Amino acid sequence: METVLIRGAALACALLFAPLLIGTINQTKAFFAGRRGPPLLQPYFDLWKLLRKGAVYSRTTTWVFRAGPIVGLAATIGAAALVPLGGLPAALAFEGDLLVAAGLLALARFFTVIAALDTGSAFEGMGASREVQFSALAEPALFLAFAALARATGALSLTEIYGRISVAAWMQSGPSFALVAAALGVVFLTENARIPVDDPNTHLELTMIHEVMVLDHGGPDFGFVQYGAALKMWVLGSLLVGILIPVRSGRWWLDGAAALEGMFWVAVGVGIVESVMARLRLLRVPQMLVGAGALCVLAIVLGMK
Amino acid sequence: MTRVANGEAVETRAIPRLPMEEFRATVIGAVEKGARIAALFARPPEMFVVLAHGLDGVLSLAATTAAASYPALTPDCPQAHWFEREIAETWKIVPEGHPWLKPIRFLSGAPAVTEYFQVRGEEVHEVAVGPVHAGIIEPGHFRFQCHGERAMHLEISLGYQHRGVERALAGGPDKRTVHYMETLAGDTSVGHATAYAQNVEALAGTAVPARGLTLRGIGLELERLANHTGDLGALANDVGYLPTASFCGRLRGDFLNLTALLCGSRFGRGLVRPGGVRFDADAAKVGEARKRLAAARRDVTGAVDLLWKTPSVMARFEGTGTVPRETCEDLGLVGPAARACGIERDVRLEFPSGIYRFAQIPVSTWGTGDVFARAYVRWMEIERSLEFVEEQLAQLPAGATREAPGRIEPGRTAVSLVEGWRGEICHVAMTDEHGRFGAYKVVDPSFHNWIGLAMALREQEISDFPLCNKSFNLSYCGHDL
Repeated sequence: METVLIRGAALACALLFAPLLIGTINQTKAFFAGRRGPPLLQPYFDLWKLLRKGAVYSRTTTWVFRAGPIVGLAATIGAAALVPLGGLPAALAFEGDLLVAAGLLALARFFTVIAALDTGSAFEGMGASREVQFSALAEPALFLAFAALARATGALSLTEIYGRISVAAWMQSGPSFALVAAALGVVFLTENARIPVDDPNTHLELTMIHEVMVLDHGGPDFGFVQYGAALKMWVLGSLLVGILIPVRSGRWWLDGAAALEGMFWVAVGVGIVESVMARLRLLRVPQMLVGAGALCVLAIVLGMK
Repeated sequence: MTRVANGEAVETRAIPRLPMEEFRATVIGAVEKGARIAALFARPPEMFVVLAHGLDGVLSLAATTAAASYPALTPDCPQAHWFEREIAETWKIVPEGHPWLKPIRFLSGAPAVTEYFQVRGEEVHEVAVGPVHAGIIEPGHFRFQCHGERAMHLEISLGYQHRGVERALAGGPDKRTVHYMETLAGDTSVGHATAYAQNVEALAGTAVPARGLTLRGIGLELERLANHTGDLGALANDVGYLPTASFCGRLRGDFLNLTALLCGSRFGRGLVRPGGVRFDADAAKVGEARKRLAAARRDVTGAVDLLWKTPSVMARFEGTGTVPRETCEDLGLVGPAARACGIERDVRLEFPSGIYRFAQIPVSTWGTGDVFARAYVRWMEIERSLEFVEEQLAQLPAGATREAPGRIEPGRTAVSLVEGWRGEICHVAMTDEHGRFGAYKVVDPSFHNWIGLAMALREQEISDFPLCNKSFNLSYCGHDL
């Protein structure tokens, strides 16, 4: 019984606490700006509000548009089931699940993009084009990061890989882990549409990447989109935290608490980054992503000895 | 040509009526020699031009007969392009040979429903933005021709805010006139009201007391301070740089509150009246203002310095939305947009009136013509204006604040220029035989500068449009009138 509970803990944390990341980021930014900021639980209130609303669909859209948020959320939940939270194992684990997790995230993105294109709006088309362009570079970086981790730990399942990233493993292949963590940090900021890549708070549709693709969604659909985005942030955040917080005591509650604290600091870190620097020019983003990929390649090379 | 100083009136009869050929040659010749068209307008059966000769500090007036059509000035003198479109739209006088003759305000028919430049070819796409925008701003329509992320051309279509102010001003001045002036462009209340007051004073021969002139100047500079500070914050916000954005939002309010301290209105409504100002500042008020100003100065310096010291901000500002100096000269841009191209163009320097005849403010220029230049010129102007206001508050002349203007003389024409925070404001008042406004022409700086924004966006990334737009921050209603 206890093993079943432990196996479900990582997924339950993701499903329950993902919107809290957004709330924490907003609180951090408000702190730096000297504002009081929205309540920590505002993302939950927003989701509740959106779920009670009706949805409006443009006559020019088809089923693809309606399927976008549902498939997007379902795929992201699937990915969340495969990703461990630090020492807490994922709900599902099997050889090669890292490919499935990356694939599910890609599936979610694919549906967001075609739902955006389905509207026929110039803005959404522009956002879709940017999203695809950047993810074409972010995905290789993610795969290379997985490859480096698999190489360093000698495992092919995310739960096993992350289970083996302990303090001892850091002593052995610390440089590789550090490089991979840096690359995952870049992927995290890009995929979650944060500064310096995208500005989640802007109202300027011409500059948006992710937000502009979901402009036409409303009500529960938009709630799904928002929740899916928070969940995706949690998933990528856990990949990062699993490396940076190598607490693997074997006691599930200690490992879990350490990982949750790590997630908190990731959110605070994002808030700090957004408070102290401006967005990059869009042309510069691919360079940053290619850089992240290069870091992973370097990590793999370092692992070959 | 009749020569006239800023804020001076001449007999309308004395303005030379030139044959169209000579009129064209005069305007084109003067502009080639460095003059600028401050206003070009028709009041059938006549057409008038106000040329600004910056080097000499004089304005010159000329007139011609407005026929049903005439050979357009624009092909030889691009500065005239927007004026000629305005004339064609308002009075159905066709400038023949105008390269792109479309309405600018859509007086008849729906705004923005017209033809646009189009780029054809594989992968070229068109993006239409507005009139309803995502932020709380005025309505305007923007049409981009893009190739991927690259914007090849931007065309701006306005007119949504047209209220018919110039028509309503005819027959004035009356009780409503000054309120029209203060709301021509809501963020330039003091600027437009000052331009109007100077005209009435010129037509009525009023000598404004020194204290009134000084308080007016303080009001105008506070308006500049508030708007420039707000703009720098908005520029920071557009690149996602929160510290300056947050600080400047608050500091803009501090400057607005200083204006409110002077006259009870944060936007300077009710401050400027023909003959002087309506509110005096006693010693206690001046002391309070100086104290608040010193605090605001310290804060704004800290907040804005962050911009220049943050590499990620500078990377976005530098080299974005560059307007070449030649383009700026050809199109006759004004205000910070022109000074950012290295041109020393400032009414306070070239055509000083009011307090600026006695207290000069150094002109701030920067040569690169990009978003950084427009931002940095604003910052330098903030520093200069702060010095000016502090100095004037410290030595406020004694005496009355206002002398009620007398009777407005009939049959005269007055021209008034004011350097508003966006640039040159030009008002031309012509009185009829009863001493009423037969014609009142308003040229807001935005009228000159909207085309500058379109030029700044050539070959830029479309994602940089909001940044370029904010660096100009033009008025929709000031243009649409």
